[in-house]
Amino acid sequence: MSQLDSIPGNTHQLLKMRLASWRRTPIFYPLIGFIVVFIAMSTINDNFLTISNQANLVRQTSIIAIIAVGMSLAILTGGIDLSVGPVMALSGTVMAGLMVAGVPPSLAILLGVLVGAGFGAFNGFFVAFAGMPPIIVTLATMGIARGLGLIYTGGYPISGLPPEFAFFGRGSLAGIETPILIMISVYALGFLLLHHTATGRYLYAIGGNEEATRLSGIRVSRYKLLVYTLSGTTAAIAGLILTSRLMSGQPNAGIGFELDAIAAVVLGGAAITGGRGMILGTLVGAMLLGVLNNGLNLMGVSPYLQNVIKGLIILLAIYISRKRTP
Amino acid sequence: MTPLLSLRHISKSFPGVRALTDVSLDVHAGEVHALLGENGAGKSTLMKILCGIYRQDEGEININGEVCNFHGYQDALNAGIGIIFQEFSLIPDLDAVDNIFLGRELRNRFGLRDRRSMIAEAQHLLDRLKVSIPLDRPIADLSVADQQFIEIAKALSLKARILILDEPTATLTPSEADHLFTIMRKLREQQVGMVFISHHMEEIFTICDRVTVMRDGEKVDDCDVVSTTPDDLIEKMVGRRVENLYPEQRSDADYNDVVLDIESLRLDVNGPEHSLKLYRGEILGFAGLVGSGRTELAMGLIGATRPVHAKILMEGKPTKLLHPATALKQGIGLLPESRKIQGLILPFSCRENITLNNLAQFQSALPLIKRRQESSTAADLMKAVRVKAPSPETPVGNLSGGNQQKVVIARWLGHQCKVLIFDEPTRGIDVGAKSEIYALMKELTARGVSIIMISSELPEILGLCDRAAVFYQGQIAAELQGNDLNSQSIMHHATGGLSS
Repeated sequence: MSQLDSIPGNTHQLLKMRLASWRRTPIFYPLIGFIVVFIAMSTINDNFLTISNQANLVRQTSIIAIIAVGMSLAILTGGIDLSVGPVMALSGTVMAGLMVAGVPPSLAILLGVLVGAGFGAFNGFFVAFAGMPPIIVTLATMGIARGLGLIYTGGYPISGLPPEFAFFGRGSLAGIETPILIMISVYALGFLLLHHTATGRYLYAIGGNEEATRLSGIRVSRYKLLVYTLSGTTAAIAGLILTSRLMSGQPNAGIGFELDAIAAVVLGGAAITGGRGMILGTLVGAMLLGVLNNGLNLMGVSPYLQNVIKGLIILLAIYISRKRTP
Repeated sequence: MTPLLSLRHISKSFPGVRALTDVSLDVHAGEVHALLGENGAGKSTLMKILCGIYRQDEGEININGEVCNFHGYQDALNAGIGIIFQEFSLIPDLDAVDNIFLGRELRNRFGLRDRRSMIAEAQHLLDRLKVSIPLDRPIADLSVADQQFIEIAKALSLKARILILDEPTATLTPSEADHLFTIMRKLREQQVGMVFISHHMEEIFTICDRVTVMRDGEKVDDCDVVSTTPDDLIEKMVGRRVENLYPEQRSDADYNDVVLDIESLRLDVNGPEHSLKLYRGEILGFAGLVGSGRTELAMGLIGATRPVHAKILMEGKPTKLLHPATALKQGIGLLPESRKIQGLILPFSCRENITLNNLAQFQSALPLIKRRQESSTAADLMKAVRVKAPSPETPVGNLSGGNQQKVVIARWLGHQCKVLIFDEPTRGIDVGAKSEIYALMKELTARGVSIIMISSELPEILGLCDRAAVFYQGQIAAELQGNDLNSQSIMHHATGGLSS
């Protein structure tokens, strides 16, 4: 009898422990927030839950979500990358320009992505080896990248791209739209990198205590260089999708994207001071932003007011998560 | 006689932990009262209650016989309690005067800062302590001791009658500590009551009148210092007799086998050229005063700072140590001076801290970490160094200082290290954990590891080291061994050969 009594108590206890350990992961509150906003949007608006709208939502969000992967790495190490928007635009216009000049799309894409990676490495060099603060370095290169993109295009969009290039922004594979597939792949790679490789562990360690990491024999500078190179690379991949979706290289694309990407990372439960965060949290954060954008648009809320609402929600979300996490 | 300060039957619980149980403490005016106990015994919690940072669950605080209700730090300050924390609360870029009067600047009749009056008042305070400190230099330029004296002056300017000194001597040189004691005696004459926390037994017998011993959140005993002995106090602190703090004197050194041969190492252009040999299985002490260049040499040795010129042989082969990573590859590791700032990744678990620099061994062909293997290795290493923690997943920040230090040691045990440099390995660690760390060091030397131990505690150098290099003003002033390795000769060389 007494044994029977104890069983429900034990399961209850176990559940409580599970919940407690869940709550300690950085993803807990972002997920709750996402679910709340998602349910709110679907009750307010009938069109929100339709499959076409959901696909639309994920596709729209994929660009920021991909940029946010690189941003997560930078923020995790205690840094930041403000240059992602212009780097995305520069990579996209380089791809477009090369294709218009007759370079085969596959090679043009590769070169465009290399431009992004190279630009990221340029950032990384100053951060890692010159010891300059990332916010200053990437603020400067933000202007440089934007300027280079405008010089390259003369300020005009580059159109007339080969039709097969539309695959990356508008096509689909096995019934799933390409941007979504690319996003899932980038997140899968990001997840493996951060949570299952030594490199990922070092990035957390650098964010948690850079000096201790260095003294224990980790080459911190190399990993920082890697982080900014990867951030440039994800920006370039986002540039690929955007250029393909618009079927033109836009030198002025991506204004303000760095802020959305930072918001996604922080909404995803990462600490802006580094050392804490999860790649799936970033995905949740990006989707939360996407749901807000999409839902508010469906409701016909004026874009001006949308900015205010989004800003307030970010403040609230971060206030709650700061209060709750030790 | 009514005590100046009386804590009565204080109890305090945190979620899941009973931190204090029925602790009482009386401090009289003009008394230096030592509070003794291992880390985690509840000293800090008790002091935080006294400062109004925590609130007791039960019990009361009496000052001059009146019950006090503290709702915050400010209340405690107003009641005449001054606290000198281990980490100072001074602003490094401001000078002494501005620090002393921070937040309550004296004003002239125009409502502007009255710097002249503040300087006069600050000078008066420092005169009262009989110390001379430049008043117009940023605090950051002053020695740790001077900063501490300014803290004391600040507390006095707040009309403190009760002064709490939380391990004030931990970062002072012996002569600076003596100066502090002179000041404390001065204050004792002026009827200030003091609570003195220290892990150094000899200091208790030098300066204190009464002593209260705590263990596991309870008061074990209080008595007059003259009526007790160090062994007696240690026994009360740890609850058992610590037979031998230091492992038996059995040297593992093999003086025919040079492991690390520093032929010449110059850290900066105008600096001296160091040369030193480290033999297999020996413990070489780096003795000297704080700031005498011991840590700098260690940092240069592992390439954490880039030396100007280095000619180093590792097991007979020339080697370049340009980064801690190359040192690691050569089997040289450093356990830094400040565990929390330089040693541990605080947000990480014990496991993640231990495996931080040996992750490569858990990878297969793919560069993915095999988590199960990592966990079991971490658990084994924790067992080997006897870390007391519920599991390898426990956040390292939750452990006591001694256990944190063991985690850092475990990290290096994961490598086949040939040379380990321990920089102040027992600072801020209680007696029980100290002797465990000494035993671990001897276990390492028995396995053929050579150890360099930087320590400011003479008994530690004498009790553990086979040989000692004594530093003075950035240079190795002497290498002592055998009968020459005694406290007189170390102090003689550490102070530039002036004292004898």
